[in-house]
Amino acid sequence: MAEPRRRWLRPRGADDLGLRRALADRALPLLVASMTFLAALSAAGFVAASAIARHWQEGAAASLTVLVPRPGEPAAEPGRTRRDAALAVLGGSPALAEFRALADTELADLLRPWLGADAERMSLPLPAVIAVRLAHGAGERGADLDALAARLEAAAPGALLERQDVWARRLAVLARSLQACAGVVLLLVGAVAAALVAVATRAGLAARREAIEIVHLLGATDAYIAAGFARRVTWLAGLGGTAGAITALPILLALGLLALPFLRRDIAAASDPAALAGAVPPLLWLVLPALAAAAAAIGWLTAQATVRAWLRGLP
Amino acid sequence: MIRMQAVGLRYPGRDGPEVLRDLDAFVPAGGFRWLLGPSGAGKTSLLRLLYLAVRPSRGRLDLLGTEIGAADRAALALLRRRIGVVFQDFRLLDHLTAFDNVALPLRIAGRPEGQIRADVTEMLRWVGLHSRRNVHPPALSGGEQQRVAIARAVINRPSLLLADEPTGNLDDAQAERLMQLLKELNRLGTTVVVATHNAALVARHPAPALELEAGQLVAGGGAADGGRRADRGQRVDG
Ligand SMILES: Nc1ncnc2c1ncn2[C@@H]1O[C@H](COP(=O)(O)OP(=O)(O)OP(=O)(O)O)[C@@H](O)[C@H]1O
Ligand SMILES: [Mg+2]
Repeated sequence: MAEPRRRWLRPRGADDLGLRRALADRALPLLVASMTFLAALSAAGFVAASAIARHWQEGAAASLTVLVPRPGEPAAEPGRTRRDAALAVLGGSPALAEFRALADTELADLLRPWLGADAERMSLPLPAVIAVRLAHGAGERGADLDALAARLEAAAPGALLERQDVWARRLAVLARSLQACAGVVLLLVGAVAAALVAVATRAGLAARREAIEIVHLLGATDAYIAAGFARRVTWLAGLGGTAGAITALPILLALGLLALPFLRRDIAAASDPAALAGAVPPLLWLVLPALAAAAAAIGWLTAQATVRAWLRGLP
Repeated sequence: MIRMQAVGLRYPGRDGPEVLRDLDAFVPAGGFRWLLGPSGAGKTSLLRLLYLAVRPSRGRLDLLGTEIGAADRAALALLRRRIGVVFQDFRLLDHLTAFDNVALPLRIAGRPEGQIRADVTEMLRWVGLHSRRNVHPPALSGGEQQRVAIARAVINRPSLLLADEPTGNLDDAQAERLMQLLKELNRLGTTVVVATHNAALVARHPAPALELEAGQLVAGGGAADGGRRADRGQRVDG
């Protein structure tokens, strides 16, 4: 059945406009490959910045410590110690995911490196230490913590809320700035790629001017001529995009392995067999093919626009 | 069918006098016209108007029932497919074989490849180039190139056939052969306009002529509706 059907198709690789030689078939894929490589690196930066920001928010920044000096003394409210008063305040706050007062033995463990094994027997006036984990997002809302600190101060004067939210907010701003930079770099790389394709297409138009004029006079529509260019440019740009994405892969893997211990506590070392699989965030496995496809799409769109604009110079 | 009413042409970016001025002419469907005039009179410019390589800068031009000034780009492209042109310098595509050059108008028109193969093969046989079908134009002789150009101009059965100095580089025998071909197409209903300096050829094949001088028609245009008169000799004699 193949034979009769093939008679209805254009000959394979038909090249009416002679574009196979006219369009820079080595320079364009090479340049697009470099652009895609840069885009892959900045996309990785974007993904990494958001992963690290999330990690901080859920980890270090989400925990804080409440110190209550003289915990055994009665609070202002009758019948309660200052420790209980502070715990009651924490229990009434919606910003907290959980909290826990450290037992005296735990406290002693913490102090042992400084005070030695006899810390307990020294009957030091130690404060009560309450470890708190914030609900998601609460670390970024400074106002919640300000109110909590005020209520603690009222219930047990002198109680300290050891806050990390200012630090967390600074880190969040830093992470978002990094993301914005990566986004701007991505946009710039896309714009430069489009400009490269436009220049290459215009060079091709100039080189094939005579052929295009003839084909135009024979009744070719703008769409026909633009499609001829776009087909070739899309192929070259897609080729470059794929090569660039593949080249970026080992570098992203290496960077991912370096960053892994900071992101995943369960994987201690890069030598862990689970490491390789987890080294590249799942999002990047989508981003790399998407970048190759984007290179081809930029090629198609730019070639179409460039050729159609140029053709408007013909009657 | 060609109708010109007060048509003027000025090449873009050139001031000074118009290259063509105040052209009024009518060529009926199926008519044959010589296009005569001294060098620089504007014969090529007039043909360029007719094969839609330039638009008139003034006046009204109707081709095959379409008013050019009112047509959009897509309509002009479709109109060009109904116009066959033999350029003075052939304008073949060097990167394509003789076969693919002749097939080009059909591919542009989106004909199925099976039909293209049959039509082009038949056309190449007719102009005696079947054995040279896979040769690229630079490897063809001048006469062979010209026959490829003619085959490409007529492969799509155009309604209007324009030829610019088609005998410029030919000996008398080849020129005669070309005239027989043009007259045969004209007999089949194609409107034909041939620009030439070759007085002997015109004398051997008498037919109405559009005569240009310094960008103006001095004879043969007729009134815009004059071409309907029976005595205007629609076809070439002899
Ligand atoms: N593309 C162009 N741009 C500007 N001027 C042009 C262009 N083509 C032709 N002309 C001018 O138009 C005038 C008519 O030229 P055209 O080529 O139509 O003459 P012609 O009758 O075909 O001459 P010939 O018999 O020598 O071929 C000439 O003065 C020429 O300089
Ligand atoms: Mg001329």
